[in-house]
Amino acid sequence: MSILIKDLVKCFGTQNAIDSVSFEVKEGEIVGFLGPNGAGKSTTMKIATCYLTPTSGKVKINGLDVTERPEEVKKLIGYLPEHNPLYLDMYVREYLTFSGKVHGLRGIGLTARVDEMIRLCGLTKEQNKKLEALSKGYRQRVGLAQALIHDPKVLILDEPTTGLDPNQIIEIRNLIRSASKDKTVLFSSHIMQEVQALCDRVVVINNGKLVANDQIESLKLEENKAVIIKVEFSDAPAREGLSVIDGINKVEDMGKGIFRVEADANSDVRPAIFKYASDNDLTLVGMQQEEASMESVFHELTKPGQN
Amino acid sequence: MLQIFVKELNGFLNSLIAYIVISVFLTGIGLLTWVFPDTSVLEYGYADMETLFSLGPYVFMFLIPAITMRMFAEERRSGTIELLLTKPITDWQIIIGKYLSGWVLVAFAVLPTVVYFWSVWQLGDPAGNIDTAGVIGSYIGLILLGGIFTSIGILSSLVTRNQVVSFIIAVFLCFIFYSGFSSLAAINVWGPGAVLLEQLGILYHYNALSKGLIDTRDLLYFVSVIMAILLFTKMILGSRRW
Repeated sequence: MSILIKDLVKCFGTQNAIDSVSFEVKEGEIVGFLGPNGAGKSTTMKIATCYLTPTSGKVKINGLDVTERPEEVKKLIGYLPEHNPLYLDMYVREYLTFSGKVHGLRGIGLTARVDEMIRLCGLTKEQNKKLEALSKGYRQRVGLAQALIHDPKVLILDEPTTGLDPNQIIEIRNLIRSASKDKTVLFSSHIMQEVQALCDRVVVINNGKLVANDQIESLKLEENKAVIIKVEFSDAPAREGLSVIDGINKVEDMGKGIFRVEADANSDVRPAIFKYASDNDLTLVGMQQEEASMESVFHELTKPGQN
Repeated sequence: MLQIFVKELNGFLNSLIAYIVISVFLTGIGLLTWVFPDTSVLEYGYADMETLFSLGPYVFMFLIPAITMRMFAEERRSGTIELLLTKPITDWQIIIGKYLSGWVLVAFAVLPTVVYFWSVWQLGDPAGNIDTAGVIGSYIGLILLGGIFTSIGILSSLVTRNQVVSFIIAVFLCFIFYSGFSSLAAINVWGPGAVLLEQLGILYHYNALSKGLIDTRDLLYFVSVIMAILLFTKMILGSRRW
């Protein structure tokens, strides 16, 4: 059960929403799909779930082409669309039963599956409520429950945690983690910690183009070619004094005696900075080496004007 | 298809829509048939149900678009259409399921008026002095007319995500299909084409059925108009893929 996207192009009018994107999600893998708003994440997912058809290129789910055999593909996929649309006038149990029936579940099997989803998604207390009476976090759980009702092998989740409070985010994340055992998962997000916590690999797109497709660790390494050190003095020295130190490429004055120093990754310049301070009778109050976070990687990859 | 049908019908029954539609139709038709002196059977003096069958279509013209206006418009506005279209069901199953649920609701509204037939039957002098064949033909015509109006309503619901716009388009199209063609045909410019134009309208075939003559040509007209409109609906629903 894999997702294969090859040379995918989607045009809306004259605008290319997706421009020749290719990547693969292998069986059992959890892949985070990143990109700024409007980058084409949702469009890609809509094509993979047979809602839209590509202008050109192929999307294959488990080897089945989404344009040629949509009926079979739809059976394999559990999909949670962006903004989690729900029939708000239905009851939780009624809605899950309906979703199960649409997927061809019947009788005892259906009831058992609905019960299991209610238990798994923590909806036991809410199961007899109307969907419109539920809070956003619970609605999201119902959305996930409906995507999982037929035990799909491929799970496509479009921003499953957007708009939730931090506690709910953690709950939904745990839910995704426990539900996605032995499943192939593609989920989009712009919360970096989430991607770090859940994914094996990330795919980043920007302006409809693929900009990265790699393990999180190797992406971070790539970003770490230069080391950023924040140096703080109690009284401000001249900027030029710092930049002459061997290994320092760039010094940025942040004001109030704080400098942002960019240095080569393979040489540790911290002792040299300390020595410089003591030689010039400066009081060094802080020195901190920044780790490249997923945020800065994201920021770097999706800078406007890139590609 | 069955799941969509059941879901939509439950939606009608769980909200007020079904009860309001049925009670408004019955109250309106009841007042016209028995109370308002201008149209009342009691004042008219003849044992027939002309009032129900001539005014029923005009009541439907407003009630049916009100039933169907939310069917696709609401799904598109709330985004649930995406959910529905990514489930393993075909476009046809969605359309037919929604269509049948609307039509069944219309049939539920018409069903209680069978009591009127019994009443008028009893009021006849002697009892039973009523054109039974005409009444049966008219009922078939009214239900089929409801079928066309429902399909027009579904189509209008799909072309916009605004329910009010959908309602207005549907009322207008129902009017054109019902009596618009006959009225247009009355303009003295068509020559021999006037008959053809009149035959395009529902009224021509509806009147033919209400004479008690159940002609396959008239039935075929109703069935083919419904199918054509639903086919058009299917094309519009499929147009997202273009």
